[in-house]
Amino acid sequence: MNAPLETTALRPEDTQITDQKKRYSAGVLKYRQMGYWEPDYVPRDTDTICLFRITPQEGVDPVEAGAAVAGESSTATWTVVWTDRLTACENYRAKCYKVEPVPNRPGEYFAWVAYDIILFEEGSIANMTASLIGNVFSFKPLKAARLEDIRIPVAYIKTFKGPPTGLVVERERLDKFGRPLLGATTKPKLGLSGRNYGRVIYEGLKGGLDFMKDDENINSQPFMHWRDRFLYVMDGVNKAAAATGEVKGSYLNVTAGTMEAIYERAEFAKNLGSVVIMIDLIVGWPCIQSLGEWCRRNDMILHLHRAGHGTYTRQKNHGVSFRVIAKWLRLAGVDHMHTGTAVGKLEGDPLTVQGVYNVCRDSYTHVDLPRGLFFDMDWCDMKKVMPVASGGIHAGQMHQLIDLFGDDVILQFGGGTIGHPAGIQAGAVANRVALEAMVKARNEGRDIKNEGPQILRKAAQFCTPLKQALDTWGEISFNYTSTDTSDYAVTPAVA
Amino acid sequence: MMTNPAGRVTQGQFSFLPDLSDAEISMQVEYGLNKGYAWSVEYTDDPHPRNTYWEMYGMPMFDLKDAAGVLQEVNACRATFPNCYVRLMAFDSTRGFESIAMSFIVNRPANEPGFGLVRQEVEGRTIRYTVHSYATDKPETQRY
Repeated sequence: MNAPLETTALRPEDTQITDQKKRYSAGVLKYRQMGYWEPDYVPRDTDTICLFRITPQEGVDPVEAGAAVAGESSTATWTVVWTDRLTACENYRAKCYKVEPVPNRPGEYFAWVAYDIILFEEGSIANMTASLIGNVFSFKPLKAARLEDIRIPVAYIKTFKGPPTGLVVERERLDKFGRPLLGATTKPKLGLSGRNYGRVIYEGLKGGLDFMKDDENINSQPFMHWRDRFLYVMDGVNKAAAATGEVKGSYLNVTAGTMEAIYERAEFAKNLGSVVIMIDLIVGWPCIQSLGEWCRRNDMILHLHRAGHGTYTRQKNHGVSFRVIAKWLRLAGVDHMHTGTAVGKLEGDPLTVQGVYNVCRDSYTHVDLPRGLFFDMDWCDMKKVMPVASGGIHAGQMHQLIDLFGDDVILQFGGGTIGHPAGIQAGAVANRVALEAMVKARNEGRDIKNEGPQILRKAAQFCTPLKQALDTWGEISFNYTSTDTSDYAVTPAVA
Repeated sequence: MMTNPAGRVTQGQFSFLPDLSDAEISMQVEYGLNKGYAWSVEYTDDPHPRNTYWEMYGMPMFDLKDAAGVLQEVNACRATFPNCYVRLMAFDSTRGFESIAMSFIVNRPANEPGFGLVRQEVEGRTIRYTVHSYATDKPETQRY
């Protein structure tokens, strides 16, 4: 794939010490001498493989740094311990087996590390993350480290139940097929009373949206108690269902300070007949997994808002890439997750974003370096997550969104619905007409990527709200350089 | 008469667009056939959003590869049940999907009375909601 790393010829002291007496005499050894560097290692089908991007400190050999990552994310401590010899320690050691320079990024290296399946408790993302991203990211010999991608083996995947509903069953429950779903986040995020808030829900849904959404920081503040919000929202949802003859929903955010409060809110949402609840990523893995289980027991769709992810996913030299978080979330068990828009206001290189969509929806994920996917990975029939594109998008981008993401996605136009000059219902109509016109045109064989603007203008001839939307936002785009792009070298095809 | 912006039941892929002509329906059918889907015609006089099982107008057309044949079934169903809702559904049998891939309405009654919302006040401020199909106040076959 990339050029092999040119290191000086390995000296004997740089490889694993096989003499057991020497290996375990007290003192400090290099990580590669302790057995965390195994260039000949062939990962097993049951191994988890991580691809780290590491930036060693000046003077730190990249292979030693890769070995150190393997060590610090598995069994190593800074010095030799004789108690290793009480264990089958070679099994517990992660093995770095390949290190390559990152193309066009001086000082950065890709390190492949394999982990035996015995290292991880079944069905626990908390345990897996405690190992893989527990200590190692603070390790002093590295300036920076990022977990770029992960291959989770079939054997471990099968210890998770995954999404409680999945996008196929969600569509059956909602009776909505063959087109992206439409949503909007209620705005303003903060300050609306329960009664005012429910008004926005009703208008958006009656106008033609499938879903409305609480924002990530709407919980139970002084201006709106959570029970008030749920009661008024569900009145809007049901009234809109009766007005349109469609199943409607609104993601009720059940995020709260304690697990008990979260369950209490989820139960109330269920008792009011909501089809969906919502949780924020910042609640943590065990909470997400528990709520996934609760949703399975209660026929509920679970929407995940990825609040906070940008603190560790955005910079390409440090943190965890969102594609890894997305893989963990699919195992942990959510039905929706925010995955970026590529064309909207928030960070996202189009190919990188498409890679995350693949992770949500694939039956089998294939290596695709431009999209940041470094591994083949079999999802073994695990249910699929509905990706959500939300943030700074509008009806005028409909052709781009459908071209990039296809049908299995929720397109959320918050400002693009509520900010419509003729009101919320008109905003919803504009989005729904743009969506249906574009899906119809694509199915008829039109080249929507190029003909999109004409298709929208033509649809606007019979739909004044769409015309107003295009006149207001038609030219708005957010063309900033993405920070999180894939780094890979194109290998010339073998003749 | 329904008061939503489309003025009608908005189920299916294309309810916000002008009614599809037969030629336009054929293009959608063609798209589905090229994807390997099997088309099916269904009709009902109760379009309640949770009335999942509309009546099947024959079996899904698994072996039919010709859009004209599908349109023929649509028109036969329209002729038999002119005052019913008729929809076309495409079934995808791919492993991991095995569900409906497309669905859109191709016939409607002249008058769509829509639905009422019945609110039952229960404990505290909690309300139990029932979406009620006005059409179903009358017996089957006399609804439209």
